[in-house]
Amino acid sequence: MGAGNGMTVDYRVLPPDVAERMARIKSRDVVLRVENLGKVFAQRGRETVALEDINMNVHRREFVCVVGPSGCGKSTLVRILAGLEQASSGRILVDDKPVDGPGPDRGMVFQKYTLFPWRTVCQNVMFGLEMAGISKDESRRQAMQWLQAIGLERFADSLPHQLSGGMQQRVAIARALAAQPRVLLMDEPFSALDAQTRVRMQTHLMEIWRKIDITIVFITHDLDEAIYLADRILVLKAHPGRMEEVIEVPLSRPRRAEQMTSAEFQATKAHLESLIHTPAEETADEFEGTEVPLLTLVTDVVE
Amino acid sequence: MSRMSGWALYGKVGRKSRVVLGGLSILLPLLIWSAVSYVPFIWHPQVLVTDPGGEDYLEEGMRMKRADFERAVQEMHAAGQKAPEGVPVNPVYLPSPGGVFSAFVQAFVQPDSHGPEKSILQAFWHSIQIIFWGFVISSVIGVPLGVLCGALPALSRLVEPSVDFLRYLPAPAFGALMVAILGIYDAPKIAIIVIGTLFQQILVIANTTRKLDFGLMEAARTLGARGKRLMFSVVVPGILPDLYRDQRILLGWAWTYLIVAELIGTSSGITWFITQQARYQHFANVYAAMALIGIVGLGTDMLLGFAARFLFRWKQETE
Repeated sequence: MGAGNGMTVDYRVLPPDVAERMARIKSRDVVLRVENLGKVFAQRGRETVALEDINMNVHRREFVCVVGPSGCGKSTLVRILAGLEQASSGRILVDDKPVDGPGPDRGMVFQKYTLFPWRTVCQNVMFGLEMAGISKDESRRQAMQWLQAIGLERFADSLPHQLSGGMQQRVAIARALAAQPRVLLMDEPFSALDAQTRVRMQTHLMEIWRKIDITIVFITHDLDEAIYLADRILVLKAHPGRMEEVIEVPLSRPRRAEQMTSAEFQATKAHLESLIHTPAEETADEFEGTEVPLLTLVTDVVE
Repeated sequence: MSRMSGWALYGKVGRKSRVVLGGLSILLPLLIWSAVSYVPFIWHPQVLVTDPGGEDYLEEGMRMKRADFERAVQEMHAAGQKAPEGVPVNPVYLPSPGGVFSAFVQAFVQPDSHGPEKSILQAFWHSIQIIFWGFVISSVIGVPLGVLCGALPALSRLVEPSVDFLRYLPAPAFGALMVAILGIYDAPKIAIIVIGTLFQQILVIANTTRKLDFGLMEAARTLGARGKRLMFSVVVPGILPDLYRDQRILLGWAWTYLIVAELIGTSSGITWFITQQARYQHFANVYAAMALIGIVGLGTDMLLGFAARFLFRWKQETE
């Protein structure tokens, strides 16, 4: 399968700088290890396998995206990683220590805005620090540093509803980072934002990731977003949710918006699309047999 | 009208018409009441005798049906005696707005009791104390228990079925029991208000607690919040505005049990005042006392609503 613009580029061939960087990543410690993870939902006596035999290693300061068709269990996966749901089998290790339940070592940014509406921006960022038993003054000092780092210190005393959606998510990121997690889990954090804001948030997130010792596991259904952000992309397939492929993104860093039109980007995207959209798509069924009858004059054409 | 008016389903009411409508909602009933009271030909089914004339069985100040009075007048005419005189009036149970208003004012101008009779204010003060303690005792139990039931599914399963059963038992049904246990004075009255409020309170507050945005709980848990910290840093502040609103509604509930409660044992408070005045046929006082309950109830609620705007600014503006 080639790229659209005539050049045939194999998404598996990494440019030298990318290959070198990938080797460097793999030489780092594994921060998050997922071993034979499975999840079975039991409902009214019927069992549905949501996830089966998921294995992955995420290295320190690696940026991993998880993509897959709807119903592949990518949200379930990240919720299990966060400890919000229990795995039916397998285990999760952070820094080689098995984890059970939610904990401050795994921060999470949700799709929905989950800032505490009664707390100011600064108090929101302080939350994780307070829960760790750090004094109010020290929490405030650290929170202000985080707000400064992401450029939101002007809004420290605002309430969340006074901020735009994009800014709320930035605060949510700062709040998660302030608790100093080892891994930052992000569950489609930008999907509720408009297209322009989303692009700015992606750039912003990469800027944060570059400057801070943080490992990111990022769930998305937006393939462009996944390719643009990730070092590696974990592709899941649905029914049951299993690992389909792990793709090393053949794009050099720092990433720029221009790369989105490059042959490597297009080749990777074409491959991802073939993985995710070719197998009999369930969503197609919803539209089957829904040809709209003509309700206007035949001569009254719009196209 | 092409624009959305307040009379369209789910329409909008403008600021100005809101004030006008609010004023009318108070004025209209008053106007109707005034018309019925002061315009002689609207209702006035009775005659107040001012001069009995030649009729033996009539007395000055007596009220009678208009038809009976006219018969008496005709009889006297026929007998060639002095005809009785009278003015058309409404029944004694419908005093005029002016009469009620002056009774109301009188209550404040003349607060001292005469003899063993308590004044309207003294009686009402007693009622307020009953309400206050009933509501406080109910809340001290009901609020924490409700919040815990909402937050702990196991406790909810343990507590709520029996509470659900108890809330269907009418509080007045406990009257005799409470008198037997607690005596005849204020304790059983407070107990009736507690019984009337508490069971609803537990269920309502448990429900409010369950409605807390689950996303906030999950976010807090990923930030390391657990147990008591999660409870006091997320659950309590998160539900507080709704809890406050529930308490306002429940306070109204407590008021509705007041009259029943005060009839138990030795009747007391505003209820005692009302029944006593009704017995003397001083209906202006009865209405004044009822108006006082309404005004204090509405006033408290408005005050609490006003306070909520400042207490929970974050909630007001997000909605």
